[in-house]
Amino acid sequence: MYEILYNLTGNEIVTYFVVAALPLFLVVLPFALVAVLAERKVSAHMQDRLGPMRVGYHGILQTVADILKLIQKEDIVIPQADKKLFNLAPYLVFIGSYAVFAALPFSSKFIGTNAEVGVFYILAVSGFVVAGILMGGWASDNKYSLLGAMRSAAQIVSYEIPTALVVLTLVMITGTLNLGTMSEQQTAYFWNWNILGGAGEGIQQILLIPFMVVAFVILFISTLAEVNRTPFDIPEAESELVAGFHTEYSGMKFAMFFLAEYANMFAVSAIITSLLFGGYQSPFGYLGNTLGIPALIPFEQLFWFLSKGIFFVFVQMWLRWTLPRLRVDQLMTVCWKYLIPYAVFNLVIVGIISLI
Amino acid sequence: MIMKEYLKNTWEGIWTVLVGMKVTLKHLFVPSVTIQYPDVKMPLPERARNRLYVNMDDCIGCDQCARACPVDCIEIETVKALPTDNLGVTSNGKKKALWVTKFDIDIAKCCYCGLCTYPCPTECIYMTDVYEFSEYKREDLIYNYATLTAQEAEEKKQNYEKFMAEKAAAKAKAAAAKAAQAKTGKPDSTDKK
Repeated sequence: MYEILYNLTGNEIVTYFVVAALPLFLVVLPFALVAVLAERKVSAHMQDRLGPMRVGYHGILQTVADILKLIQKEDIVIPQADKKLFNLAPYLVFIGSYAVFAALPFSSKFIGTNAEVGVFYILAVSGFVVAGILMGGWASDNKYSLLGAMRSAAQIVSYEIPTALVVLTLVMITGTLNLGTMSEQQTAYFWNWNILGGAGEGIQQILLIPFMVVAFVILFISTLAEVNRTPFDIPEAESELVAGFHTEYSGMKFAMFFLAEYANMFAVSAIITSLLFGGYQSPFGYLGNTLGIPALIPFEQLFWFLSKGIFFVFVQMWLRWTLPRLRVDQLMTVCWKYLIPYAVFNLVIVGIISLI
Repeated sequence: MIMKEYLKNTWEGIWTVLVGMKVTLKHLFVPSVTIQYPDVKMPLPERARNRLYVNMDDCIGCDQCARACPVDCIEIETVKALPTDNLGVTSNGKKKALWVTKFDIDIAKCCYCGLCTYPCPTECIYMTDVYEFSEYKREDLIYNYATLTAQEAEEKKQNYEKFMAEKAAAKAKAAAAKAAQAKTGKPDSTDKK
């Protein structure tokens, strides 16, 4: 991607800017636009309702109307708030979730940075989100915001441990931290995906399958908790905390939090996809290969990557409208008493298997 | 033992989530039970009580509905018709004898009990199935059903007063005549006393 653009423009800075902005305009914004509507539609249909129906055919322009409304809204900053932190927080949260996109392999030709420490970078940079949420909650000078922020910090910090352990498990069997390389290894057909034992051969691959499924369950639960989605939405907990850390935000700053939430949803889905479900690889081989048009392959890969990501986003929504919210102690129990021990055992067993 | 319970908890946690997900997935394909309200309306029950309507062609101005109303939201004023006026008959054959100069229903006060509809001898006041009649001003919720214009009502009132005055005058005249006749006819009646 970078090389193509560099040859096209001949200017390094312009190229960097374009490469940096592409995921935002190509993925994050359209995705948020679609996902907000999808969330409402999915929730509505799961509750035997219809959801938004009035703006456009079956309400497809509802999000556009909502954005127009949000832009017009007054940006209220309460006088007691710590203005600098209050204004900075939503952008920090968004930066945290957007920075993750730099290391996501959208296709073999389209990856922000091909840094060797991709997964590590993602785990590290998502810490920005905690800082932003704490900042927003503290600066709001509101007990509910502060409670939400504290809960959120506790939750994200706790759930980063099982996430990191599972990522470590996968790093161990793939031998790389780079998500691009990891996707490359799970070539073409779906039996090469890490969830089905990876691209290894023979007995090792078959032995790995159950442990990869466990790894998937742990990774899915802990990343779900990291993005503060139901059933782990205690930082926002509408019925307890008004809206949690973003209670005092309005207008575009609120929209920023919202955008960050949806960007985060896609980011963690994309991480699960790249780690376990073949990344950008197609499950059935490529049309470009069959037709003999190699130029088609990157676009097919982009399609598969986005479809897989969107599928996991759908599963997140599905879970949201299935499960009630966990209590704080239950949340901590799930993480410390169940996910972490299982992740550790999984790590050990996968380690033993990979020695065979 | 603890280990067994721990594994059981894990299994139940995952299994119950899957059961729940199956239920919600099923509901994803169930046709929605809600309707698109302003475009589609639920059929009302046959005897639903909503906005009142008065068919003034049949109203005989008997005031029974106003008296039945528990919240006094109906106001009726009537003027007796002259013997020469022909008000016609109602659809069930009752002869109309009163001009209804005022028939106001303050629907904002109405409690939709339907008690006004039962005593009506001509069944001209009844509940319709219209339930969307919100207004911006409370005054707009006072419905005037009287068919006579204010001018006509005034005219009827004056006619009646004139008629009554004439009648009274005629009566007085008759009485005076009678008195005069009595005086002349029996001259010594007062003398006896």
